[in-house]
Amino acid sequence: MEVHPEAGKEGKPSCALVELQGDSSLQVEISDAVSERDKVKFTVQTKSCLPHFAQTEFSVVRQHEEFIWLHDAYVENEEYAGLIIPPAPPRPDFEASREKLQKLGEGDSSVTREEFAKMKQELEAEYLAIFKKTVAMHEVFLQRLAAHPTLRRDHNFFVFLEYGQDLSVRGKNRKELLGGFLRNIVKSADEALITGVSGLKEVDDFFEHERTFLLEYHTRIRDACLRADRVMRSHKCLADDYIPISAALSSLGSQEVNQLRTSFLKLAELFERLRKLEGRVASDEDLKLSDMLRYYMRDSQAAKDLLYRRLRALADYENANKALDKARTRNREVRPAESHQQLCCQRFERLSDSAKQELMDFKSRRVSSFRKNLIELAELELKHAKASTLILRNTLVALKGEP
Amino acid sequence: MAAEREPPPLGDGKPTDFEELEDGEDLFTSTVSTLESSPSSPEPASLPAEDISANSNGPKPTEVVLDDDREDLFAEATEEVSLDSPEREPILSSEPSPAVTPVTPTTLIAPRIESKSMSAPVIFDRSREEIEEEANGDIFDIEIGVSDPEKVGDGMNAYMAYRVTTKTSLSMFSKSEFSVKRRFSDFLGLHSKLASKYLHVGYIVPPAPEKSIVGMTKVKVGKEDSSSTEFVEKRRAALERYLQRTVKHPTLLQDPDLRQFLESSELPRAVNTQALSGAGILRMVNKAADAVNKMTIKMNESDAWFEEKQQQFENLDQQLRKLHASVEALVCHRKELSANTAAFAKSAAMLGNSEDHTALSRALSQLAEVEEKIDQLHQEQAFADFYMFSELLSDYIRLIAAVKGVFDHRMKCWQKWEDAQITLLKKREAEAKIMVANKPDKIQQAKNEIREEIEEWEAKVQQGEREFEQISKTIRKEVGRFEKERVKDFKTVIIKYLESLVQTQQQLIKYWEAFLPEAKAIA
Repeated sequence: MEVHPEAGKEGKPSCALVELQGDSSLQVEISDAVSERDKVKFTVQTKSCLPHFAQTEFSVVRQHEEFIWLHDAYVENEEYAGLIIPPAPPRPDFEASREKLQKLGEGDSSVTREEFAKMKQELEAEYLAIFKKTVAMHEVFLQRLAAHPTLRRDHNFFVFLEYGQDLSVRGKNRKELLGGFLRNIVKSADEALITGVSGLKEVDDFFEHERTFLLEYHTRIRDACLRADRVMRSHKCLADDYIPISAALSSLGSQEVNQLRTSFLKLAELFERLRKLEGRVASDEDLKLSDMLRYYMRDSQAAKDLLYRRLRALADYENANKALDKARTRNREVRPAESHQQLCCQRFERLSDSAKQELMDFKSRRVSSFRKNLIELAELELKHAKASTLILRNTLVALKGEP
Repeated sequence: MAAEREPPPLGDGKPTDFEELEDGEDLFTSTVSTLESSPSSPEPASLPAEDISANSNGPKPTEVVLDDDREDLFAEATEEVSLDSPEREPILSSEPSPAVTPVTPTTLIAPRIESKSMSAPVIFDRSREEIEEEANGDIFDIEIGVSDPEKVGDGMNAYMAYRVTTKTSLSMFSKSEFSVKRRFSDFLGLHSKLASKYLHVGYIVPPAPEKSIVGMTKVKVGKEDSSSTEFVEKRRAALERYLQRTVKHPTLLQDPDLRQFLESSELPRAVNTQALSGAGILRMVNKAADAVNKMTIKMNESDAWFEEKQQQFENLDQQLRKLHASVEALVCHRKELSANTAAFAKSAAMLGNSEDHTALSRALSQLAEVEEKIDQLHQEQAFADFYMFSELLSDYIRLIAAVKGVFDHRMKCWQKWEDAQITLLKKREAEAKIMVANKPDKIQQAKNEIREEIEEWEAKVQQGEREFEQISKTIRKEVGRFEKERVKDFKTVIIKYLESLVQTQQQLIKYWEAFLPEAKAIA
C-alpha cells in the first residue's frame, strides 16, 4: 500500500514530544514517506548552511535499519559516553492493522454495506495514524541529533544525511545478532551496578539521587504507558461498537410506521456522530498521553544508559586506583598504572560533568513536554465533551419536540 | 384503549345486566341465553362439560358466585390452576374433551366480561365508573415498586424476598398504599396464572423475567461479591418492570390473582415454577408439541391485517435482537474502559509520586484523580447503558414472543373451528348414508343418534366460529394497545438514556476544566 502522508505539513506530533531549540544552521525533516509491503522508505531532507555540506538543500532516502545503524554508531562511540543518546525510533509495525484489514476483507455476511464501509474507513484511518506516528518517531530522532551541539557534528550523521546511496546496513547478520545478545548480558551487569548490588559506592549526591529517581521513574512510566494504551484501545472499541448500533437503529427506523420512525432514525444519526467523537478522543489520548509516555519511557532508558556508562567509568577508576596501589606496593610498573589511573580519572570526571548537564536537560525537556501535552490533552477532552453535549442536547430537543 | 371500546357483543347492550349483578347467577344465565341463538341452550344448573364448550364464553354458572365471596371463588380457582400444569391450554386441544373447560373456569369469566363491558367482576362496585373513566382517559393511577431484596434462609434453600409496594387511588384495592414480601417464584406463579387465563383468548400477557440457575446459586451460596449484587439488582429491576407492565394492562389489572399478589400478606407457594420440576418438564414438552402443531397448520387467512402484523412483528423481532447484541457489546466495552481507566489512574498516581519536579508531580497526581473520577463515570454510564437501553430491548424481545404466541393461539383456534366443520360434514354424510340404508329396525335408533351428534357438532362449529372471531377482535385491540405502549415506552427510555449520556459529558467537562489550570501551573 502506498501511503504518502504529508509529514511536514499537518500538526507535527514530533513537536509535541520534544521542545527543540530552533537552530537554523541545520534543519532536518522527513518530507515524505512511502510504505511498501514490509518496508517504509523515508525521504530525509536537510537544509543547512554549514560549510561541511556540498549543497544547502538535499534529500536522501533511508529505511528503518539505517536509523538503527546511526543510533548504534552513537552508542558505541566513546566520545559520546557522557551524553544521553536520543532513543532509536521503534520499528514500523503494521502487522496488527494489516491483519484487521484482511479479516474485514474476508467478510462477515451479517454486516451491511454501510457498516462494512465504515469499518473499512476506520481501519484505514488506523493504518494511516500508525504510519504518521512512525514517521514522527523517526523524524524526532533526527531532529534531536541535529539540535544537540555535540551530536550534530558526528561524521556518521553527515553521512546519513548526505550519502546518496544506501548504507548497506540492511538486516542484521549473525555477528550483529550475537552482538545484540551480548549487549543484553552487559546490560544485566549494568543493572547490578546501578541498583547498588555490586557494592560500588556512589560519590556524588546528585548522581545518587538521579539513580534512585530514574530507576523508579522508568518502571512507573513504562506501566503508565501500557495502561494508557489500554485505555486508548477501549475508547477505540467503544467507537467501533457504535457502528452496528447505528446501523440497527437505522433499519429499525426505516421499518417503523409510527412515531418511533423519526426517533430511531435520529438516534441512528446521533450514534454515528458520537462514534466520530469517540474516535477522536481515542486518537487524541493516543497522541497526547500514550505517545508522550512512550517517548519518555525510552528517553529515561537512554538516561539510565548514561548512568550505567558513568558507573562503569567509576568502576574502572576504582579498579585503576587499586591497581596503582598494588603496583606501588610491589614497586612494579608504577608508571603505566599511574597513567592508566589518570586516564580513568579524567574519563570519569568528564563523563560526570557532561552527564550532569544532560540529566538536567532531560528534566527540563521532560517537564516542558508533559506540560504542553497535558494542557493540550485537557483542552481536546473539553472540546470533544462539549461537542458531544451539543449533539446530544440537539437530539433530545428534537425527540422531545415530537408529539 | 378508550378509542377501541366497542359495544358489548350482546348487540343491544343490556344495561339491566349490570343491575342484576348482585345476583351472580342471573348475570350469566341471562347472558348465556342471549348469546345462544341455538335452541340447545343448556340449563345453568346442570352442565355437563360439553355444554360448557357450546357455551363458549359462558362460565360454569354453578361456580359463579359473584358477590363478596368473589375472592374465595378465585382463590379456589387459583389453587386449581396452580396444581395443574400452568401452561396447559385446554380449550385449544382439537378434541372437545371433557377436560376442556371446567378446570379453569376463570379463563372463561374474565375475558368474557371484558369483551362485554370493559370491566371485570368488580363491576358491581361503584368503582366501575371509575375504571371506565380511567380506561377512557388512560389514567392508571397505580404505581408499583420492587425493592429491598433480602436473603431469607441458608444454603440451597435460601431465597431472595423482595418488597412489592403499591401506591394507588383505585378503589378496587382496600388501601391506598401497601406492601408485601414476595419471592421470585411468586412472580413466576403470577405470570403462570395470568398466562393460562388470558393468553389463549388473545391477550398479550407480559412475560415474567427469566430464571437463572447459575445466578441464583451464587446468591444462595452466599457469595457477597459484586457479581451477585449485580444479579440481584438486575432481577429486582426486571421484576419491577414486569409488574408495572402487567398493571398497565386494563384487563389484567382487574384480575383477582394480580390483586391477591399485590395485596395478600400470605400467598400459596407456586411450586410448579421450578425449572426442573415435573410441571416444568411438561411445559417444555407442551411447548415442543405446540411448535410442531404450528408448523402443520395451514390457515386460510382472510384478513390481511393479521398477515401484515405478523410480518411486522417478525421483522421487529429480528432487528431488536441485532440491536440488543450490539448494545450488549457496548456495555461490555464500557465496563472494560472503566477498568482500564482505573488502572491507568493508579499508574499515573505512582508516576506522580516518582516525579521529582514538584509542580509536574502535583499535576500528575491531579491527573490520576481526574482519571479515577472518570472511571466512576464510565461505570455509571455502563449501568445506564444496560438498565435503560439493553434491558428495554430484551424486555421487548420477550414481549414480542408473547405477541407471536397470541397470533399462534388464533391459528389454533381457527384449526379447531375448521376441524369442527370437517367433523360436522362427516356426520352429515353418515346421516345421509343411514337414511338410505336397508335395516329398518336399527334405522330409527341410528337416526336419532346421528341427529344428536349432528346437533352437537353444529353447536361446536358455531362456537368455533365465535371463538375465532372473538380472539381476532381481542388481538386487534391488544395489538393496538401494545403498539401505543411500545411507542411510549421507547420514547421515554430513549430520552432518559440520552439524558444520562449528557450527564456523563457534563461531568467530564467539569473534571477537565478543573484539571486544566493544574496543567498550566507546571513551571
